[in-house]
Amino acid sequence: MPVKVRIPTPLRTLTDGVDLVELQSGTVGSVLNELSGKFNGMDKRLFKQPGELNRFVNIYVNDEDIRFLSNLDTPVKDGDDLSIVPAIAGG
Amino acid sequence: MSYVLGLRCKECGKQYPQKGVHVCEVCFGPLEVQYDYEAMQGVVTRANIEKRDRNLWRYRDLLPVDDTPRAGLNSGWTPFKRAHNLERVLGVKELYIKDDSANYPTWSYKERVVSVAITKAIELGYDTVGCASTGNLANSVAAHAAQAGLKAFVMIPHDLELGKVLGSLIFNPTMVRIQGNYDDVNRLCSEIADKYGWAIVNVNLRPFYTEGAKTFGFEIAEQFGWKLPKHTILPTAGGTILPKVYKAYQEFIKLGLVEDNKPKIYSAQAAGCNPVVEAIHAGRELIKPQKPKTIAKSIAIGNPADGFYVVQAIKQSGGWGESATDEEIVEAIKLLAKTEGIWTEPAGGTTLAATIKLINSGRIPRDESICVGITGNGLKTTEVVVDHLEPPASIPPKLDAFDAYLQADQAKKAAALHQQEEKLRTPEPGPFVAAGV
Repeated sequence: MPVKVRIPTPLRTLTDGVDLVELQSGTVGSVLNELSGKFNGMDKRLFKQPGELNRFVNIYVNDEDIRFLSNLDTPVKDGDDLSIVPAIAGG
Repeated sequence: MSYVLGLRCKECGKQYPQKGVHVCEVCFGPLEVQYDYEAMQGVVTRANIEKRDRNLWRYRDLLPVDDTPRAGLNSGWTPFKRAHNLERVLGVKELYIKDDSANYPTWSYKERVVSVAITKAIELGYDTVGCASTGNLANSVAAHAAQAGLKAFVMIPHDLELGKVLGSLIFNPTMVRIQGNYDDVNRLCSEIADKYGWAIVNVNLRPFYTEGAKTFGFEIAEQFGWKLPKHTILPTAGGTILPKVYKAYQEFIKLGLVEDNKPKIYSAQAAGCNPVVEAIHAGRELIKPQKPKTIAKSIAIGNPADGFYVVQAIKQSGGWGESATDEEIVEAIKLLAKTEGIWTEPAGGTTLAATIKLINSGRIPRDESICVGITGNGLKTTEVVVDHLEPPASIPPKLDAFDAYLQADQAKKAAALHQQEEKLRTPEPGPFVAAGV
């Protein structure tokens, strides 16, 4: 069972509207790299430069923000959920 | 007549027309409303503003609406008052309170952002509005939606204060308690906005919503006699109000409505949730998210979306940040109440407690004008003070019983007040280290 990656609306223009992509386990970094390889233009949306996410891209592994884990080095196993979520305003 | 040119990503500069849009589709950056300031010159004047009704819409030239305002016609224009009693206790020369605990109709600063968002939702053709909220926003969305005849869905963390839950339910929205903290609610709402196409005010109406927060700053400037306080202290949760008040000051300066006195802006956070203050103290622009643990639930946002812009505004203005422990928050709530007759919620306690620390550490000079931004009302959060107030005495209906009670009570109170004032006057030594960092 591979890693399930949830694609938010703003990125679905790149995935032909697909909201769930299944990818190989490894680390958050390796999964996002594989995702970038699969869809044209994804790389620039996610990364400011290699190894550095854009400031407003939040990544969650099984509902936990990767900044509480090991950032891009956070391991992801088969069956894990990885979500890409834009940061939003408070209240 | 609107001066809006469109929306622009604050990060990458991509331009968008005015619509319900989540974030920049290229880089996820927040979108900012662009105005034609040139066209405002000579038209947006003190005199023209002063002619309008005393509500937040008197600044509508600087708000992103095209048509007649549909919400908040009685919101804003809250008290701005000189706090002489607090000045004496804190040993400062000129202190003001901007008091949104008296904002209409749900007693918080959120009326400002919601009035703009609801008006925009109607302009854009939505029939359902919603929000992710720590309570105050939900109250305001529910009330304004009821008045405007829109359907409302409000999502809150499961453990909110009863007053805040009832303060929404009474307006008959659909309310859902989410089993998680605010950041979990926020994340879910971004997915709900995507899926259902509703106007979630702080998600896909965020560029318009956040502009409403500027009116807090516009009012301070006008009510202060068309000038700016040198130091303004505001609470930080998601990071909306602080950069927007700074923007409001800069817009008034740009339009020549006030003199540029280089106003400084300061952030106040609870020690149990201070990712922005922590970043300021560490000299970082990057915000490390936190798991909130504080009684100041209305500002318990561990992953503030606009935290970066709070840090930027503070750095640009030459301000600073400070955090307050739960104990200090409660003490400050009580102090504001007994000196100025204002009952604020923990967010306001946090702001006053942080102000006191900034004064005592020398960051804010005692002889310059200071404005403390109070953003919410204490009646909604009785839980936080109930164990910190002395229960009233019960005595027989006899005058001698009352005499005896009064004598003992007056002695006790005088001693306690003296002790408290001594404590507040004592400057804290050395460079400042925030509690909990």
